[in-house]
Amino acid sequence: MQAPIINHLPVTVIRRERLLPFPGEITVREGQSVRPTDVIAEVDLSLEHMVLNLTRGLGISVERVDKYVQRSVGDRVAKGDVIAGPVGLGRRVVRAPSDGKLIAVGGGKVLLQVEKPPSELRAGIPGEVREVVEDVGVVIETTGSLIQGVWGNGKADMGIMQVLAKSPDDELAPGQLDVSFRGAVIMGAYCANPDTLKVAAEILLRGLILASMPYYLVPIAKRQPFPIVVIEGFGRLPMNSAAYQLLTSNPKRDVAIYAEPLDHYTGSRPEVIILLPEEVRAEPPVDIEYWRPGLAVRVTHPPYVTKIGTLLTLPDGLVTFPNGVRAPGAKVRLESGEDVMIPLANLQVLKTTSSHRERE
Amino acid sequence: MVGVSPLDAGPVLAIDIGVTTTRALLFDVVEGRYRFIAKGISSTTSAIPIHDVGEGVRMAIEEVQEVSGRLFLGSEGNIIIPSQPDGSGADAIVATLSVGPPLRVVAVGLLDDVSLESVCRLAETTYHQLVEKISLNDRRDTATRIDAIVRVRPDVVIMAGGTQDGATRSMSELIEAVGLAIYLLPGGKRPEVLFAGNQALEEEIKESLEYLTSLRIAPNIRPALEQEDLGPARKALGKIYSSVRFGHVPGMKDLEAWMGERITPTTSGFGRVVRFLSTVYDPAKGVLGVGVETNAISIAAGFEGELVQLVYPQYCMANNPEEFLSNTSLENIYRWLLFPVPKESLKDYIYNKSLYPSSVPVTREDLAIEQALVREELRLATNALLLRLPGTIVHSTDGLMPWFEPIIVRGAPFSQAPTYGQAMLMLLDGLQPTGVTTFVLDQNDLSPVLGAAAEVSSVLSIQVLESNAFLNLGTVISPVFKAREGVPVLGLRLVDEETGRTSSVEIEAGELKAIPIPSGQVVRVELRPLHSANLGFGKPASGGELRVIGGLLGLVIDARGRPLELESDPQQCRDMMRRSLWNLGG
Repeated sequence: MQAPIINHLPVTVIRRERLLPFPGEITVREGQSVRPTDVIAEVDLSLEHMVLNLTRGLGISVERVDKYVQRSVGDRVAKGDVIAGPVGLGRRVVRAPSDGKLIAVGGGKVLLQVEKPPSELRAGIPGEVREVVEDVGVVIETTGSLIQGVWGNGKADMGIMQVLAKSPDDELAPGQLDVSFRGAVIMGAYCANPDTLKVAAEILLRGLILASMPYYLVPIAKRQPFPIVVIEGFGRLPMNSAAYQLLTSNPKRDVAIYAEPLDHYTGSRPEVIILLPEEVRAEPPVDIEYWRPGLAVRVTHPPYVTKIGTLLTLPDGLVTFPNGVRAPGAKVRLESGEDVMIPLANLQVLKTTSSHRERE
Repeated sequence: MVGVSPLDAGPVLAIDIGVTTTRALLFDVVEGRYRFIAKGISSTTSAIPIHDVGEGVRMAIEEVQEVSGRLFLGSEGNIIIPSQPDGSGADAIVATLSVGPPLRVVAVGLLDDVSLESVCRLAETTYHQLVEKISLNDRRDTATRIDAIVRVRPDVVIMAGGTQDGATRSMSELIEAVGLAIYLLPGGKRPEVLFAGNQALEEEIKESLEYLTSLRIAPNIRPALEQEDLGPARKALGKIYSSVRFGHVPGMKDLEAWMGERITPTTSGFGRVVRFLSTVYDPAKGVLGVGVETNAISIAAGFEGELVQLVYPQYCMANNPEEFLSNTSLENIYRWLLFPVPKESLKDYIYNKSLYPSSVPVTREDLAIEQALVREELRLATNALLLRLPGTIVHSTDGLMPWFEPIIVRGAPFSQAPTYGQAMLMLLDGLQPTGVTTFVLDQNDLSPVLGAAAEVSSVLSIQVLESNAFLNLGTVISPVFKAREGVPVLGLRLVDEETGRTSSVEIEAGELKAIPIPSGQVVRVELRPLHSANLGFGKPASGGELRVIGGLLGLVIDARGRPLELESDPQQCRDMMRRSLWNLGG
């Protein structure tokens, strides 16, 4: 069976596609460097339309309307421009109620798309545009440390990382944040106080990395203007040792946060990227792995949740667990040296080296 | 019993593409009857990094090859069809599909409480997320309706409205809005349209929409004000589900080339089995099917070939914990817990479950939470079903489940449960059946593919359904009565058909009791209701006789009352649940 992978890689090459939902205009070129907040593509998809009833406006029948229409499909109009008419002695006309574009004309009606600024797609991660997918998006590549998480609030940004966590489950309190952190990315561990997020927004934080937070912070975190990534999950869960070590050993580095929500169907997930100089030699992560002894694993469910270890054996058939549940399992040696049986469904392969280094 | 005809005697390979796993299942004839032979499992490979659902299918088939020692994949990775004299290959291949997010549905109807309601009910027959509702009642102008549709980027727009030869002009307004919205969406992102309204509008619909997108027209789901017929439209929606998945799930188009139209939504396959069984069993009762999947709860009730099927992704935490919790309350879940768990932890658990929907509980407390969640999901699905059942279906009492025989259940919470007693108690608590019923556990989750396989071989489906691939969990008697706890409500006399040995039992209100009957043993049970208890033998206080074939839990009498009233005190509630579990063997 293919095993799910979570990456906590000190050095790797990260390539990510950034695609528009609909065809649009790509605003960057191949080879260009981008920051997470840079606009890389735009799409003209106004979500505001108006239906103008020409028969009513001109006071004539549907059959007669066509010859009074002065504009064609695709024409841009300014507010007040005459779209149809004049008709009769009163010289009745129908004018554009706002700036926009004519989308459809027929049946005595006009569909006007109200002029709006185009929707923008931002880079999300910093790096170099390696490929432009015509009208659709780009592929961005960067070199850095990659720490993948489990929950993100949908925002992206970057800044200098300041490590405030003193232990893997240290609580981040509002009092720890002040204006000296303006523009920084904070690495905390556990956050339970809504005020912490409020203060973070006030001091214009550029990002927050957490091991865990309680469920009730979810709606509050979603509203924050800066990206928030949760590495482990909900409740008070300590950060796994691999992620903790990687993050705490890189203070004051440029860190990008792409807090994309976890998507089970596409496999996309939130990520933290610690930027490294381009000259660092790196390879892309291993993207396919099958269950086998020797793999580093991370536990996703109690009682060993967030622990990491090494997969020792994969017993045939179903394993009966202490509570009587029967499921495919694996024997894992935890970092503490303890050997435990864990359901395969509660494990992820933890990648802490890139493919090149693993082969060495 | 149905024998195998020469035309039906070949091996059949069934593929089930689920959210996290893909299975290949081999059925073949052994000693004149179809049997479930082998199973291969792989991860579903539609997401990154593989992006090709076919890879998981091939790996699952390779595992079947390993287990069965037979070859099904040709040298070029193709499936060998038909079977060859050397034993390789299969005569047919079918597939069920549940991978991918729910269909994003815009429901359009003339009136909120008539056609729009029917459209919503139709959407509930497959994996769906209702993202917008539009009707004349919403008083929005055409432009606002257009914007609403464009904003939610639906996969499908389902339209109905107007009784046969009824309103057309009002419907035209809605058709215009839908058409313009679709026109605004770029090609490749346009929703498919299912029209199941006044057939007099067929030409107008075709003229307005056919050039823009894929359009299917099904018979009017509301041919008369008081009449609803979802059947044909349900089939069309199933086809749209597959079609949308073909477009969205990487690699599906290649599979389509292998299997043609024989790819069925998992829930449709399950529904087909339930509907078929309802034509075979006692016409006085319905057949119920319940499936707890990773990404949805499905519940299907068949009554003499008529099917009411509901699929609820929103009752699963995997999709959206906030939405799940908006459908119920923490208190509702909490009351099902066997062990006290802080309420905050319970909610954190639900949110973590959304991150890892396939995770397996390994502590006593986590198992209690998981089972409490299953009970609540079943309760929500049952309540929804009761609202959707047509008035012609006889309810034993208002608000209670109708009589069903049997009830087929599928899903990991039941097949992975530590004991059959725990599986049974989840079902009794969540579904609250009435009268006499048999619980059949589809431990290998075969029923959806059997429904899909019925298209190529009805014999296969029937014979495997009759085989020991399905477990008889037990026969349950749930009298409906009004009596205080401790009052006798049912007398039973059991006669062993082989030995003639008899025994008598009296059941009191509030009691849950299991009477073991070894597998294969047949016992005649004479039922004597007391205090006007209703067992489904025609009227309250009517008794009757049953032949009970031994199952895993034998005969279970659930006299805790219907609807089940739980103690308001959490500790008393837990005590009651523990007693019930103890009585079912722990």
